[in-house]
Amino acid sequence: MAIFTPANVSFIMAGFLKTIEISVLAIICSVVLGTVLALIKQYCTGKLSIFKWLVSAYIELFRCTPNLLWILFIYFTVKGSDVFISVLAFTLFTSAVMAEIVRGGLNSIPKSQFEAAKSQGFGFFASMRYIILPQTFKTIIPALFSQCTTVIKDSSYLAGINVMEFMFSAKVVMGYTTDLSQVLLLYGFVFLLYFALNFGISLVVRAYQRRVVAA
Amino acid sequence: MLDGLFDPRRWQITLASMDSFWQGFGFTLQVTIAGLAISLVLGCILGVFSTTRSRILRAISRVYVEFFQNTPLPVQVFFYYMAGPRVLQAILGAPSPVRLSSFAIGALGVGLYHAAYISEVIRTGIESVPRGQMEAAQSQGFTRAQAYMLIILPQTFKVILPPLCNQALNLVKNTSVLALIAGGDLMYNADNFVSTYGYLQGYIMACVLYFIICFPLALLVQWLEKRSKVRPRAKKIPGITPEPTKEA
Repeated sequence: MAIFTPANVSFIMAGFLKTIEISVLAIICSVVLGTVLALIKQYCTGKLSIFKWLVSAYIELFRCTPNLLWILFIYFTVKGSDVFISVLAFTLFTSAVMAEIVRGGLNSIPKSQFEAAKSQGFGFFASMRYIILPQTFKTIIPALFSQCTTVIKDSSYLAGINVMEFMFSAKVVMGYTTDLSQVLLLYGFVFLLYFALNFGISLVVRAYQRRVVAA
Repeated sequence: MLDGLFDPRRWQITLASMDSFWQGFGFTLQVTIAGLAISLVLGCILGVFSTTRSRILRAISRVYVEFFQNTPLPVQVFFYYMAGPRVLQAILGAPSPVRLSSFAIGALGVGLYHAAYISEVIRTGIESVPRGQMEAAQSQGFTRAQAYMLIILPQTFKVILPPLCNQALNLVKNTSVLALIAGGDLMYNADNFVSTYGYLQGYIMACVLYFIICFPLALLVQWLEKRSKVRPRAKKIPGITPEPTKEA
């Protein structure tokens, strides 16, 4: 029995769309949260340094524990739709990585930029908004995008909590066949689509890097 | 949401079943060591391949790296788990599907996956050594292989050690993929505990145990990164290096 019936294909492609939906939402949320965390870790000194230590602890905690742990943890403790749970779990640990990426970018901005902003009468938030962060994001775009491919790949861990994403829906379809060649074909299809998506992103990053280096 | 987080009875029961956590902890460590060995050996080979003059070797390395970096580890591991035994049966002509232990799947899974990343680390390390070093070595009568082993690779260590340790850290975390295929590792045993008792404490315990393995590695990465930025100073050899002149 052939496995690539129209019904099966549209079922798997719905999973693929869900993978993309979850990844995009998780990336947006974690870039925002990660930027806030990075700013706190970088600039909360003096009386506010308690926040700096809290953020550092947060980052280390999520850097040193597996993603799957937090996916299972959130699945167990939070009630909600599967997209909500997935995005929440991914935002938790991806924002820790994003914070470190943004901080690396902040460190690469010359000090004179801060001084110049200050001398022109910009306050902290205004200088961040108009002077520092735009330059930061320009330098970290390659790292940011390669983190996107990591999120897309790691979203297949969600198969562990039966979210109907790409891998899990492919697995469901696989359950209907025992024919080895069909199973291999299906795996080939799954590998191919993940590969096309991630390789496409990494090609864009490389093109961007070349353009920036050339400029 | 976090029911019974501070319930002492639940903590007591959790601590009473620490055996299964330690068992998983040990298994995770074993898979980590085996996976690290596989990925280091394969990664070094592929990394050197990608800097040789042979087009075929470079292409092999490129295809391997792109495939493994751009497809998810869980999908690879599901593949080994679900299709692996029957593919091996077809290849080896065995009478029944060849059973793969979860240790083999885990070590092979993370090993092959991280070999791609380690290969890239090694490649950037080798490319960071100036080309003149290879030319100088060859002019002194070293063969290319000797030059790689004795001149080029030792110089790459400083550049590659921080990202290499970072890969080791990620590898430890990625062994948790075994929990998806009932692998008996720390994550799986913790998840088993939670679904048996319904206590959140199982996840917290797993969190602590993973942290115990990974945090020292994270500190090591930070230390190595700091150290790799320090410029080396010449060693002092009395009688050979010039004596430091006293400042007036």
